[in-house]
Amino acid sequence: MFNHLLSLLIWLPVVGAIPVLLAGSGRPNAARWIALLVAIVTFVLSLYLLPQYNAGNAAKQLVEDHIWIAGLNVHYALAVDGISIALILLTTFVGILVIVGAWEVIQTNPHQYMAAMLVLEGLMIGVFCATDALLFYVFFEAMLIPMFILIGVWGGPRRVYATLKFFIYTFFGSIFMLVGLIYLYLKAGSFDLATLAALPLTLKEQSWLFFAFLIAFAVKVPMVPVHTWLPDAHVEAPTGGSVVLAAVMLKIGGYGFLRFSLPITPDAAEAYAWVVIGLSLIAVVYIGYIALVQEDMKKLVAYSSVAHMGFVTLGIFIAFMLVRGANNLDAAKLGMQGAMVQMISHGFVSGAMFSCIGVLYDRLHTRQIKDYGGVINVMPWFGFFYVLFAMANSGLPGTSGFVGEFQVVLASFQANPWIAFFAAFTLIIGAAYTLYMVKRVLWGDITNPHVAEMKDINGREWFVLGAFAAAVLALGIWPQPLIHLMDASVTQLVTQLGNHKI
Amino acid sequence: MALSTSILLTIALAPLVGCLLAGFLGRFIGRAGSHTATILGVAIACGLSFYVLYQLTAGGAPVYNQNIYTWFDIGNYSAHVGFLIDRLTAMMMVVVTFVSLLVHIYTIGYMADDDGYQRFFSYISLFTFSMLMLVMSNNFMQLFFGWEAVGLVSYLLIGFWYKRPTAIFANLKAFLVNRVGDFGFLLGIAGVLYFLGTLDYATAFSAAPTLVGKTLQITQNTHWDAATVICILLFIGAMGKSAQVPLHVWLPDSMEGPTPISALIHAATMVTAGIFMVARMSPIFELSETALSFVMIIGATGALFTGLIGIVQNDIKRVVAYSTLSQLGYMTVALGVSAYAGAVFHLMTHAFFKALLFLGAGSVIIAMHHEQDMRYMGGLRKYMPITWITMWVGSLALCGVPFFAGFYSKDAIIEAVGESHRWGANYAYFCVMAGAFVTALYTFRQMYLTFHGKERFVVVHDHGHGHGHDAHADHDEHHHVSHKDDHGHHEAGIMHETPKESPWVVTLPLILLAIPSIIVGAMAVQPMLFGEWFGSAIHVNEANNVLGEVGKEFHSWAAMALHGFTQLPFWLVAAAFAIQTYIYLFNPAVAERIKNALKPVYNMLNHKYWFDAVYYIVFARGGIALGRALWKGGDAAVIDGVLVNGSASLVDRIAGGMRRLQSGYLYHYAFAMILGLILLLGGYWLVGQ
Repeated sequence: MFNHLLSLLIWLPVVGAIPVLLAGSGRPNAARWIALLVAIVTFVLSLYLLPQYNAGNAAKQLVEDHIWIAGLNVHYALAVDGISIALILLTTFVGILVIVGAWEVIQTNPHQYMAAMLVLEGLMIGVFCATDALLFYVFFEAMLIPMFILIGVWGGPRRVYATLKFFIYTFFGSIFMLVGLIYLYLKAGSFDLATLAALPLTLKEQSWLFFAFLIAFAVKVPMVPVHTWLPDAHVEAPTGGSVVLAAVMLKIGGYGFLRFSLPITPDAAEAYAWVVIGLSLIAVVYIGYIALVQEDMKKLVAYSSVAHMGFVTLGIFIAFMLVRGANNLDAAKLGMQGAMVQMISHGFVSGAMFSCIGVLYDRLHTRQIKDYGGVINVMPWFGFFYVLFAMANSGLPGTSGFVGEFQVVLASFQANPWIAFFAAFTLIIGAAYTLYMVKRVLWGDITNPHVAEMKDINGREWFVLGAFAAAVLALGIWPQPLIHLMDASVTQLVTQLGNHKI
Repeated sequence: MALSTSILLTIALAPLVGCLLAGFLGRFIGRAGSHTATILGVAIACGLSFYVLYQLTAGGAPVYNQNIYTWFDIGNYSAHVGFLIDRLTAMMMVVVTFVSLLVHIYTIGYMADDDGYQRFFSYISLFTFSMLMLVMSNNFMQLFFGWEAVGLVSYLLIGFWYKRPTAIFANLKAFLVNRVGDFGFLLGIAGVLYFLGTLDYATAFSAAPTLVGKTLQITQNTHWDAATVICILLFIGAMGKSAQVPLHVWLPDSMEGPTPISALIHAATMVTAGIFMVARMSPIFELSETALSFVMIIGATGALFTGLIGIVQNDIKRVVAYSTLSQLGYMTVALGVSAYAGAVFHLMTHAFFKALLFLGAGSVIIAMHHEQDMRYMGGLRKYMPITWITMWVGSLALCGVPFFAGFYSKDAIIEAVGESHRWGANYAYFCVMAGAFVTALYTFRQMYLTFHGKERFVVVHDHGHGHGHDAHADHDEHHHVSHKDDHGHHEAGIMHETPKESPWVVTLPLILLAIPSIIVGAMAVQPMLFGEWFGSAIHVNEANNVLGEVGKEFHSWAAMALHGFTQLPFWLVAAAFAIQTYIYLFNPAVAERIKNALKPVYNMLNHKYWFDAVYYIVFARGGIALGRALWKGGDAAVIDGVLVNGSASLVDRIAGGMRRLQSGYLYHYAFAMILGLILLLGGYWLVGQ
């Protein structure tokens, strides 16, 4: 069974969606329980990755390789390293929580909702496992379909605009990647990522490819200025959709940079690192100010996601300046690790924030900050979680939100103190927009009489928020296990950065 | 006997356990259970802290420096959770846990009627844990953890009464202003890692001399001295946490929190974290004259000018709050003249007498049923003698009257500044000297207004005829009024019962704090200031050793105090005493006349030099306006308006135009064919020409 563990992880949720669908709208509870069972089994199986994986070895492990399309030399090739495993665990963890979170919240066709979630989960795991570029691309694009359905069917009033914007935006980006992949295939005769990484390319070729990948992944992350689909998508998406979108899907953008831009176009990435670093810093400062004035909680957290993902791209690309400029491998590793930890942490924190907003929305059916105020008076337990996650979002030490940002700021200073200066600005602006929201939602006296009728979180919501809280605190108090898991892979990535292709 | 890890872990974790019990199980274990659990936790920590201090001084234990676990380990860089326990740390641990323990006990009385009883105990125990993690740290990462964690608890406690708009404004303000400081602090830590290659104290300090001559490139042609940049960045963190000008604005507003935490967090311990940090970093700060001058000038400015504001305050807690700002300025000046031991010594004495003054003020507030305006007090001494006497002890210590604890620490600072030749030392000397006079002015004014003179409140016994009896028709209106009065449930100057002395849980901490406020200075002055008590914990270059110079004239604590009577600071205090006695005991009208004569000055002080107003307009309003402009102008107009929806509507328009070509009418198509034919033929003909 463990020979095909990765396949199992991908296809179990996808196939598991079939009985969920078959349960039909007539038996919603059966659909829910089957979906939960599938999600739990997937999570447990993903935990088996840890003992199976040798963290001391940087090589890709648990390899599966079959010819898929012989004529084009496309392989169904899967393998993982520490970074993939961390992201897969994040996916399966969040997978359970979105099913539990949607339990009685989704009343229209819950079986279809649950099935779409499971398919989405499987496809996202596929993205993190694929070592064949075309296979990656297929998962990367297929993933859009269930998300398109989730927003389009269970979304808010402007869901059609939001889904179209979301779909076309991301599709627009990935077309460029496809063109780039075809070019690479014509040169190398293979879609194997390792082969492509070894392929010699001139700086001109690399530059074209770099920007093709950049557009694809920048939309996904999203980076300024191609981020405007995210607030709209989040606002219209159902809670579970927002959670998956923020917690996992955005990470695929960051993951793409690691698997494509860095190994395939290292010299162009070095030449244009300043572009990405500049955009990342703009994300921290400019988006921070925009988040400050949002009146819709989901928009606020969506913008905050853009700002926090800025640390991911910053951490990845600062490594170029450190390796190639200063030959400072350790600092580059620090930045890269910071970016990876930030990805995982942002998965927990943003997922938790959106879950919190979902809890409020289920009670008052509004996301407008001004409709709330004084929630703590009637929902003390909710208040506890909300403040905890808000603090994590503000990067408080002891929560996961601190770890990655701390490492990226420390590494940035080594490249250029001004980069650290702008990155560290998140301490102020991040706390400002998050706690300003907390002030208006949670604290104060009750002004809206409907708030007075709100009930504190129930057991199911307690479970979801409690699980996120445990993850946020565990990672904040002791990040070393996660860092150790990814250490060999990050070391190898950073070492590769030094290899010139021209 | 060497210190054991398990003892140190117990000290740090016992308050955390108490916090979790009171916080999560508060509903089950009840009020008594919660305060028992938390007090027990802090008592254990306090007892063991005394034991640790004893071991380090009399027991001959070596300095403890060990990592507990690895937080991250990446290449050559690593961060740990670990403890460095030397005498500096042990002294801080004793101060923190001792004051915290007394505040815990005091809270039983102060918060007796509050619904958030368990929550309050949980918070103050969490604070104790965080503060211990801060002072016990052996590295910069954990220091930053404790640093921000105490900030979190401060945020939660300032906003403890979360229904009050002023409280939730103040806690947000406090957190954000502190974050401005932390912003600098984080960059300072990044600088330490960059130049010294480690986050570990011991390694960093031993490598510190290598900073000399290194520079940091700021622009193409600008290079700044590495040590100066690091020290100023670190000090910006201290400016936030220890409320130094111009980041001091959060501290007076923090008085929105319940009084016990004003004493514990916003006077005795948390706000001194910045002082402790700079003293801890003395091996680095000693490398930069520029940074130390900066520290000294900032501190001196705060010492004098925030003290002046205290003179015009009417809220009893606010007087003490401005006094705290001023005293933090004194400590900072001491740091700036390399008298680190003096700063830490003043930190310790200040912790006792300032906690005493705050808790005393709280006792007055209980007696006055939450009236904090001193204009409606007066003559309270006969109702609450214990509070009155202990607060006088605290006040005399604060003013630096010889033999009291504050005298030794404050006088040493003033003399040390006098010995310093650092750039700006003359200005600092003037500030600390004038500050002594100002301190006495606001302190005696506060004592007279509160405890002496005529009673400026009337006691109306109104049992029997309460609300609602009068007229049923007015019922609604009455209900409304009494609801509105919920917080203050009194009119200014009208009391419903005679003020009385607070219960023993309140007065016992006052007495226990009054004792060290008298004796601790005399006991500790010789070893701490002029001996080698701190050992390797504090490093001073020989050329900067102003305390050594001061120490040359030191013979004994008694001689120092007697000599103090002949010195200028004492006579300034005596003059202030005479002035305030005349004004507030004999001729209260003078105060009003002075106020009117110096109207512009009064206005300036009353508006706190307009710092808050300017910050609010520039940073709060300005930040919102900037955000709105970027959102509407950048995201909505340019990116979405022009690029995204613009290209969508461009496609739409092109498609619309194309669609019009496919009209379905035969004659359109025929016309198009003919037109095409003409163009084609015409083209051939043209090309042929």
